[in-house]
Amino acid sequence: MEGSTQTDAKIRTDYGTDSSSRGPGCSLRHFACEQNLLSRPDGSASFLQGDTSVLAGVYGPAEVKVSKEIFNKATLEVILRPKIGLPGVAEKSRERLIRNTCEAVVLGALHPRTSITIVLQVISDAGSLLACCLNAACMALVDAGVPMQALFCGVTCALDTDGTLMLDPTAKQEKEARAVLTFALDSVEQKLLMSTTKGLFSDAERPWSGEEGDAFGIFPSPPASPGGWRGGGLSR
Amino acid sequence: MAAGFKTVEPLEYYRRFLKENCRPDGRELGEFRATTVNVGSISTADGSALVKLGNTAVICGVKAEFAAPPPDAPNKGYVVPNVDLPPLCSSRFRSGPPGEEAQVASQFVADVIENSQMIRKEDLCISPGKLAWVLYCDLICLDCDGNLLDACTFALLAALRNVQLPEVTINQETALAEVNLKKKSHLNVRTHPVATSFAVFDDTLLIVDPTGEEERLAAGALTLVMDEAGRLCCLHKPGGGGLTGAKLQDCVSRAVTRHREVKKLMDEVFKSMKPK
Repeated sequence: MEGSTQTDAKIRTDYGTDSSSRGPGCSLRHFACEQNLLSRPDGSASFLQGDTSVLAGVYGPAEVKVSKEIFNKATLEVILRPKIGLPGVAEKSRERLIRNTCEAVVLGALHPRTSITIVLQVISDAGSLLACCLNAACMALVDAGVPMQALFCGVTCALDTDGTLMLDPTAKQEKEARAVLTFALDSVEQKLLMSTTKGLFSDAERPWSGEEGDAFGIFPSPPASPGGWRGGGLSR
Repeated sequence: MAAGFKTVEPLEYYRRFLKENCRPDGRELGEFRATTVNVGSISTADGSALVKLGNTAVICGVKAEFAAPPPDAPNKGYVVPNVDLPPLCSSRFRSGPPGEEAQVASQFVADVIENSQMIRKEDLCISPGKLAWVLYCDLICLDCDGNLLDACTFALLAALRNVQLPEVTINQETALAEVNLKKKSHLNVRTHPVATSFAVFDDTLLIVDPTGEEERLAAGALTLVMDEAGRLCCLHKPGGGGLTGAKLQDCVSRAVTRHREVKKLMDEVFKSMKPK
């Protein structure tokens, strides 16, 4: 594999026109991804969302400790290191969320009694950190060649005091918002894989619609692109 | 014969029940186990509650101590929750530092307290910049048979409502705090967040209040925390199979019903308590 694949995804030139019913704040910050930048891990990726940057490395499928092995599928492990300080309880909670999301899409049954380790290092945090970690993890898993049934993407929304929805909030917007919601959606049917919320929001403000089929109002099903990567809601 | 089938193919055994819209213990898919709550049983704690959801038992003890308020928020106190899963409650836990499940549960409880604003940290301040209350909420699981998060949030809520803090005055001359143990007042618990947990089977079926066995077989889990105004404090879905928006809506309506049941039970318990 030669060098690095720079996928500098340009943000949509028409800022959020599809979701204009939600207000002008539905555009994403400039995001970029670079794969295969580290030489030691089997797969690595760096995901950048505005000023938030996370570096992910994947080792696997590899040898697993007998105490941790599962007889019929791979054991997934996620290690999240914050930018400063030692990992604490909040990191453990995030690791659990990322691990469960990856377990839902990785075809662990193809590699029983092995371990797949995802190591995430926060380079800089300027809002939407968990979503950036999820995206970096997904791209690193792809780079490592781990078999998956779908790709997934992470997205953060913030609801401010008057109920307007903002996607991909910055750190300042997150602090001022009434509620911050992070979701992980899969790429095949846009179903909800993971969700975690912070703050209070009423049922009427929910960002998902109640109808069958359209899983999430913010991310209407993209048209099937021939061949190319249908990376869920972020790149369309 | 059924016991043999259950050992060899636990998931298939379970699916047979789900097809008939019921579960091995006779409950329906949307039915909770028998919930009991016992308040004020620990006399050495400032507030306590024991909650039993079927076999799952969690006890919460709240101790109040003095501390200096944080420098960046001199008019706020602290609420410090901690969930402990000792080897007593289940064979999967070993003694030693808290494992992942305990840490995740502690973080969840801390998030619920923060998001729902059930206690205003400003209410815990005694003297801005000098003295504030810190409430240490210790949740210990005595028996873990699934649905730990619901039991923990309920125990915490009941214990906080049971807490009685003595009156504290700062003596102007000596600048020391004087505690009047004879005069106690209840904490102002502003909202009542109630958690409802679901287990996701085969991406489509959602069952309420899973037991330990059901949690192990399930593909995913979902926990909703609602307050009395119908607002969601927390939508916690740590991975697992995909869910559509319609299914989420069903969960929200079930959570609203559960909130009413729990609130009714708690109000009954507190009304029946004799004032000390």
